[in-house]
Amino acid sequence: MNQDSPVDFSLQCPIPISDYPTVLLAHGGGGRLTQMLIERMFLPAFDNPVLENLHDGAVLDVEGARLAFSTDSFVISPLFFPGGDIGSLAVHGTLNDLAMCGARPLYLSAGLILEEGLPMEDLWRVVQSMQGAARRAGVPIVTGDTKVVDRGKGDGVFINTTGLGLIPPGIHVSPRRARPGDVVLINGAIAVHGMAVMSVREGLEFETALESDSASLHDLVARVLDIAGEQVHVLRDPTRGGVASALNEIAAQAQAGILLGEATIPIWEEVRGACEILGLDPLYVANEGKCLVIVAQEAAEAVLAVMRDHPLGQEAAIIGEIVEDHPGRVFMRSRIGGMRVVDMLSGEQLPRIC
Amino acid sequence: MRFIDEYRSQAEAQKFVQAIFQSVTRPWTIMEICGGQTHTLIKSGIDQMLPPEVTLIHGPGCPVCVTPLELIDKAIAIARRPEVIFTSFGDMLRVPGSEADLLSVKAQGGDVRIVYSSLDAVKLAQKHPDRQVVFFAVGFETTAPGNAMAVWQAQQLDLANFSILCSHVLVPPAIEAILGSPDNRVQGFLAAGHVCTVMGYQEYEPIAERYRVPIVVTGFEPLDLLQGIYMTINALETGRWEVENQYTRSVSREGNLSAQHLAAQVFQVCDRQWRGIGLIPGSGYGLRPEFAAFDAERRFDVGSLTAQESSLCIAGQILQGLKKPHQCSAFGTRCTPERPLGAPMVSAEGACAAYYRYGRKE
Repeated sequence: MNQDSPVDFSLQCPIPISDYPTVLLAHGGGGRLTQMLIERMFLPAFDNPVLENLHDGAVLDVEGARLAFSTDSFVISPLFFPGGDIGSLAVHGTLNDLAMCGARPLYLSAGLILEEGLPMEDLWRVVQSMQGAARRAGVPIVTGDTKVVDRGKGDGVFINTTGLGLIPPGIHVSPRRARPGDVVLINGAIAVHGMAVMSVREGLEFETALESDSASLHDLVARVLDIAGEQVHVLRDPTRGGVASALNEIAAQAQAGILLGEATIPIWEEVRGACEILGLDPLYVANEGKCLVIVAQEAAEAVLAVMRDHPLGQEAAIIGEIVEDHPGRVFMRSRIGGMRVVDMLSGEQLPRIC
Repeated sequence: MRFIDEYRSQAEAQKFVQAIFQSVTRPWTIMEICGGQTHTLIKSGIDQMLPPEVTLIHGPGCPVCVTPLELIDKAIAIARRPEVIFTSFGDMLRVPGSEADLLSVKAQGGDVRIVYSSLDAVKLAQKHPDRQVVFFAVGFETTAPGNAMAVWQAQQLDLANFSILCSHVLVPPAIEAILGSPDNRVQGFLAAGHVCTVMGYQEYEPIAERYRVPIVVTGFEPLDLLQGIYMTINALETGRWEVENQYTRSVSREGNLSAQHLAAQVFQVCDRQWRGIGLIPGSGYGLRPEFAAFDAERRFDVGSLTAQESSLCIAGQILQGLKKPHQCSAFGTRCTPERPLGAPMVSAEGACAAYYRYGRKE
């Protein structure tokens, strides 16, 4: 605070974040700084019981129906990447947030912020891609908005999508429901999307056949819920911040410990190789089209079988368990048998020197 | 994955752990020089698998951690200039300078970019002839040949808009500084396999002889480290001091001669400040006079900047192995990866960050 300025009387609270005077990229990285921003600035400001659940979407009781309501913004660079683009990603992302509430998605909205000078052809590709993704998912885009900003003040296209879904009776999915004895599953190999995008990012180009696994997960989730219903305790798509950050959030909210087995986590050879070369930990790399499923132990095998039967879950695996020890923290047994903490990502994951 | 999984086998690891347990008869203190090795040790949990007699001390081999504060301040001063594109390896960006870090400079509008290779910075200079491209040349002998190549190429291309901020450091003088200290506790060394891939290990032989310490050139995978520790303990238990090579799949006694030649063409040995340790004579590389035109300190006239280290941070004692990270009063409280006081909390290779990230708090 500037000591020379006179102290004004004000009913406004002082800015609750003192650590950084300006916003850093890491505030949007999905790791600890994002969490601090939410906990110290947004939660106190918007304080209400629905928001407090800190789920992927809000769960609303509306005249007897339980609705899931979620919003997400997409600012990816480059706009087009192997296996997808910002358009399909924006549709999948919000559909998945609804699915992670246990909901069947019903409707989507789309807000487009366009940068002056964007080639009309690029915009058309993005719009077609959104249309295709929405059609395949069977969820219409029913309302929207367009704004244009000056050249240099956007990155081509930014997209916000919001979605509305219906949660079937008997389904109660929430990170707080993870309890000791539960089993942690994932529907396939981790870090594919993040590495596919990184492979074409300016200055980092490397040769790979990797394609983003961006996909909408609600059909897979519906089948999991069909077979295990109430025994499905938590669903979470580990996007920004990766599997490690998602599991840390769940451990903290459930006040339970999580124990992972490094050797059981599915990861493709080429993804592991790229991560090794770039000095990145795949546990912190972003995923799309992946979901963590935490279920009661007795349902685990059946859920695994259903996931493996689905085109988006053929490499599904049991990767860990909820434990009583170390509540709020995630541990991992390393390949050679040692133990370590898997912490939340602090700031952006930075490539190492050597 | 080939060349990775072979070195992470649980069954093989257990064999080495057993062999270490069987060989140890009394307490030994071993230092792994390189931060990459510290990272593997903690990430794989090797430190907790060893017999209590074996103490591992984490050495000063993290180039990010030992880069002096005033050089970070110089980097920040240069990166703030509107005509500059400041390029760096990723993990330098969050190292705290006296007042800011490079990520904050970026947030305030500075053009700071992560590159994976110094040659990418040369390409940027070609692409942006109207801008000054500066590369933060940090690292041990491992990165020196690549960075030398960047300067050499820039000279060949006659690029007037490329320069490097040079902070290269050398391993053998640091080992001698540790061994020559009256507080030294280190009885054996794991030398850094990647540095020796470039430099070979002949220069370690007189050190092993003079100070009577075994030095084992060691790789970076869990099994490499377990074998390196086993070989060091074996040498200590049998009273041998010589240089041995665990990392034979990469390291020869002579090293990579063409890489050494290139580094020697562009750089010359100079005295260098190490963050937290102080001046170590002959422990760095600076640009040779014939390449002085590519020296960013001269080009941007920041040579006179000086800086004062945080009095709370005990990075120097940690880098010399006198204290463990969790013995610092600021560890995990006033100093965390989000708000690091000292560089070992910043880099993935820093001992403090490794302890924090993998939960070694007691």
